[in-house]
Amino acid sequence: MSKPTPILELKSVTKQFEFGGERIDALRDANLSVAKGEFVCLIGASGCGKSTLLRIVAGFEEATRGDALMWGMPINGPAPNRGMVFQDYGLFPWLSVRKNIGFGPTSRGRPAKEVKDTVERFVSLVGLQRFADAYPHQLSGGMKQRVAIARVLANDAEIVLMDEPFGALDAMTRERLQDELLEIWQRTGLTVLFVTHSIEEAIFLANRVVVMSPGPGRIDSELKIELPRPRDVSAQDFNEIRRDLGLRLHSHHARKAA
Amino acid sequence: MSASTDITPLAAASAPAGAPAAKGRRLRELVIALAFPVVVLGAWHLATYGRKYSLVPPPSEVAKELYDLAFGGIYDDAYSGTLYVHLIASMSRVYGGFALAFAVALPLGLMIGRIPIIRKLLDPTLQVLRPIPVTAWLPLAMILFGLGPRSAFFLVCLGAFYPILINTIFGVRSVDPRLFEAASMLGCEGTAQFFRVVLPAALPAIFTGVRLGLGFAWVVIVVGEMTGVQTGLGAIIMEARQLSRTEIVISGMIVIGIAGFISDRLVVLLGKWLLRWSPTHV
Repeated sequence: MSKPTPILELKSVTKQFEFGGERIDALRDANLSVAKGEFVCLIGASGCGKSTLLRIVAGFEEATRGDALMWGMPINGPAPNRGMVFQDYGLFPWLSVRKNIGFGPTSRGRPAKEVKDTVERFVSLVGLQRFADAYPHQLSGGMKQRVAIARVLANDAEIVLMDEPFGALDAMTRERLQDELLEIWQRTGLTVLFVTHSIEEAIFLANRVVVMSPGPGRIDSELKIELPRPRDVSAQDFNEIRRDLGLRLHSHHARKAA
Repeated sequence: MSASTDITPLAAASAPAGAPAAKGRRLRELVIALAFPVVVLGAWHLATYGRKYSLVPPPSEVAKELYDLAFGGIYDDAYSGTLYVHLIASMSRVYGGFALAFAVALPLGLMIGRIPIIRKLLDPTLQVLRPIPVTAWLPLAMILFGLGPRSAFFLVCLGAFYPILINTIFGVRSVDPRLFEAASMLGCEGTAQFFRVVLPAALPAIFTGVRLGLGFAWVVIVVGEMTGVQTGLGAIIMEARQLSRTEIVISGMIVIGIAGFISDRLVVLLGKWLLRWSPTHV
């Protein structure tokens, strides 16, 4: 199988922060290549730089050294083709579900008729027809996150960046949203870069898991997940991968302690 | 389980509360709210009724005066039936001064909140001017604007200015940074971000400033009308004191209280509609 052109490429990206007069590497020499349509999970303990990496791709942060490229072009600030889904939703509380989803298309000056059609399409894609005129504070966490996903998709995002999007949800809602996300991903051919600290979530969702380690934050190793979908979290091969990833994650702690 | 957690918040919000129970509760609240003024009125009546030559009239006298002030036909003196003239004069100063304060404080607050150089330029001066009470401005206002309505207007404006300014600055500065990130990744940048994110996000704080400012405008009106104007509730209160017409003084106070209360209720209603999206303003 020939390798497709990467939609996203990081070339020895380093991000330093000033901390108490000292320079700290939040991310050191990260290399990553993501093909169009891939579902990549970044996993690691806190402080491993996984959120920093995501924020550099989003354009919220600038790399201190190295190149972050989308379709071979340097990433220069946030842009609609890289949509971010935040753990704390980041919805506009003064806008209804419809208007939140329509925010991007409206901002980009799409004609009203087109915005309306787009909004209706994505409202039903995430199953929020009954709540389309509700305000965010009237929604549950799971519904808010559906709006956040729809908002990014309605804006023609090619890559969806997700920063522990289901971390604040209860287990049941979380599982349902994972299923829905996979369904949307399979239907639309999106590219997803998904940060999580749950090994199980990473294996359940990803084509490829990128393991990161802290102090300084860096990419440790990668693992292709080739289990057939839908995946069974209690299957034996699932558990073998879980053990493998667990060892990779824990070996850093051991190394650090030594 | 997740289905129920998904649906409850909205269902609970839209479910009508038992109507008769709500009515009974509102009636009880009204009775409790009226109990205290009734007791005060009773005590006032007992302390003042039947004393000739007392400077403090009983409540019944005040009620009579209030009626005469509003409709005339009882005393037929210089004040009879003039209430609306004074009320309108005061209201025009309150709302006029407030409107001017709003028109200056809102854009100024937005700029101080968003543009660092303007903040550095103006904020220190404003912080020093802020603790100066409106009453301390009175003599200077009379020197600058002369005796008359212009001084009153200026003082009311000053009273309403700071609450609006301070709250607008606060609102603009405390916008969740996450919303800026969300807006820019959705393609909303620069000036558009100001109108589509900063302004609506700051609206609850701006509204608080408006409410406080309008309240202050009513508070300041008496001081403002001490500057030698002929009409206005503050003017007749001061004038009636010199004539020892205490019942007019108290009538004027009651009218200011009621007008300020109604004005505040209207602002609250407006705010409820404007901020219907905000969980903290419902």
